[in-house]
Amino acid sequence: MSTPSTRALPKQHEGTREISLAQAVNEALAEELRRDPMVFVVGEDVAEAGTPFKVLSGLVEEFGPERVLDAPISEAGITGLGLGAAMTGMRPVVDIMFGDFVTLVMDQLANQAAKVHYMSGGNLRAPLTVRTTLGATRRSAAQHSQSLHAWLAHVPGLKVAVPATPYDAKGLLKTAIRDDNPVVVFEDKMMYSTKGLVPNEEYTLPLGSAEVKREGEDVTLVATSSMVYVALDAAAELERAGISAEVVDPRTLVPLDRATIVGSVQKTGRAIVVDEGHRSYGASAELAALIAEDAFWHLDAPVRRAAALDVPVPFSPVLEDETVPTAESVFELAKALVGKP
Amino acid sequence: MATEPTTTPQTLTSELALQMYEQMRRIRSFEERVNDLYRSAKMPGLAHLYIGEEAVAVGVCSALHRDDYITSTHRGHGHCLAKGASIERMFCELLGKEAGYCHGKGGSMHIADHEHGNLGANAIVGGSTGIATGAAFSAKSRRTGQVAVCFFGEGALGQGVLYEVMNMASLWQLPVIYVCEQNFYNEYTHYSETTAGEVAARPAAFGIPEEEVDGQDVRAVFDAACRAVERARSGGGPAFLTCATYRFHGHHVGDIDRGYYRSKDEEEQWRRRDPVEILAAWLVDRGIADRSKLERVDENLAAEIAAAADAALEAPYPDPREVNEHVYA
Repeated sequence: MSTPSTRALPKQHEGTREISLAQAVNEALAEELRRDPMVFVVGEDVAEAGTPFKVLSGLVEEFGPERVLDAPISEAGITGLGLGAAMTGMRPVVDIMFGDFVTLVMDQLANQAAKVHYMSGGNLRAPLTVRTTLGATRRSAAQHSQSLHAWLAHVPGLKVAVPATPYDAKGLLKTAIRDDNPVVVFEDKMMYSTKGLVPNEEYTLPLGSAEVKREGEDVTLVATSSMVYVALDAAAELERAGISAEVVDPRTLVPLDRATIVGSVQKTGRAIVVDEGHRSYGASAELAALIAEDAFWHLDAPVRRAAALDVPVPFSPVLEDETVPTAESVFELAKALVGKP
Repeated sequence: MATEPTTTPQTLTSELALQMYEQMRRIRSFEERVNDLYRSAKMPGLAHLYIGEEAVAVGVCSALHRDDYITSTHRGHGHCLAKGASIERMFCELLGKEAGYCHGKGGSMHIADHEHGNLGANAIVGGSTGIATGAAFSAKSRRTGQVAVCFFGEGALGQGVLYEVMNMASLWQLPVIYVCEQNFYNEYTHYSETTAGEVAARPAAFGIPEEEVDGQDVRAVFDAACRAVERARSGGGPAFLTCATYRFHGHHVGDIDRGYYRSKDEEEQWRRRDPVEILAAWLVDRGIADRSKLERVDENLAAEIAAAADAALEAPYPDPREVNEHVYA
């Protein structure tokens, strides 16, 4: 197996075009900035620089520096400011450049934003969107490579999206901005140039709706974010080995579309969860527990997990590549699970 | 930093001075009753009493409009009442009752009253500084003319996020007033053990006008707040008020033996500068009210507080099934 070939499944919409995931995010923001004057973007290097990943290029030119704000390097302050604006009628999109930096905003997200609505007995709302990244293999070492989505998915009151395709990234981000709750959207920084089809016309996607990215009969691969491509590539290889794998992408961890995941496993009888967070206490553990609890009587084998090693992400490429699930490792896991030599 | 004198938007009329007296007295009586409820085991959890600091909340909030924003602290009852909250709904919240401001989900440290612009008390020291600054950003963006006041104790000077948002408030000239309630103790530790340099040097470093105020003198607080609010409202950016004050009780209702961190003598000296008494003496001295008139105010308030507390004690608890409500909007 080499470079992933299947980058997105065609959609049924009339009139589609192929764009990158970065363009999809850019379009979602531009459309929402145009639609609602209460939307603004704030973060480090989001204006003229368009972020180091160039995802936001062109936005400040169209919407001006009052709605696309370059902020000081103050992640907690930026997020707190966004929260206060959200509580008073605006719809901020806070850009946290690397997912590793969510550690700097945990009070603002976990103690403040997540709890505003509940603690106030429903009187206050925090329609705050936080965009950030996850994912290793960019040779960026331990403080710029983590996948910390499970940290936030653990906090009631936050919603967490992990889109894998340009189509999902655009549709989910637009919904996140319109949602009345704090939503954290994790984009895999390795996927920004990934291309896929999106409709020409405007669309949104609901939070809490998983998608079967590939249908199959023998084993379900529940995969998140860029691991969807790992799972699709593994599935293609499994097909050549005579094994039919179904790939289910939850698309959002909170809310979680339990029915689609459980339904798939009830059909196939076997499940592997593929997620780039650390294996221990991570999203893969939660998804595996869900399957074990709700699909137990349909299982023909124990639920398996392919997740990141429980080590800080190392720098050296030969070390770093050892830490993440690959199509090869998922292929081997599935083959063993199905019982084919 | 020297402050540009600007026109005070409101003058302290006799009527306003009497209202301030009544509001300070209301906070005092409310807090005394809270203390009783705790000591008689009728109130779950605990509470951080504002007694002794009433002039700060009342002086500042008297300079605000109803729709101006405030954020508050764990010691927040005074801010809530000064911004217009109802006593009965406050008692209900403290007792975990359905009719409370947060339907019993917030309690003493999380009362929010959006109808009066109160974006919530906060149990994380410095935790609401971002919210207040963001509310000011929002007011400026939406061109509403509102301002935001961020109340915090001097203990929050140890939190980095305060400096992050002060920096942005000054950069972007946001209409936010940081009100530092300097009560000299970070919980059980004198602030001199925790705070290097001068308090005033902090806002000065960000180019934020700072004013030091006698926090026991509600008229002085009001004047300074009016200057800061007027400047912020007219596009002049943030301000920082340091109000020297004192909590007459402990860090919380259970903090009774305080000898290990502050002396009885110090407490006694501050009690001689009771903000309610300072205003009362001024009202009498100016002939705005005599002692019997003030006593009638006190008596009416006592009846109001008693009725509200009794009603709250009788009020129903939330239905346990509500535990899952309001996690998401």
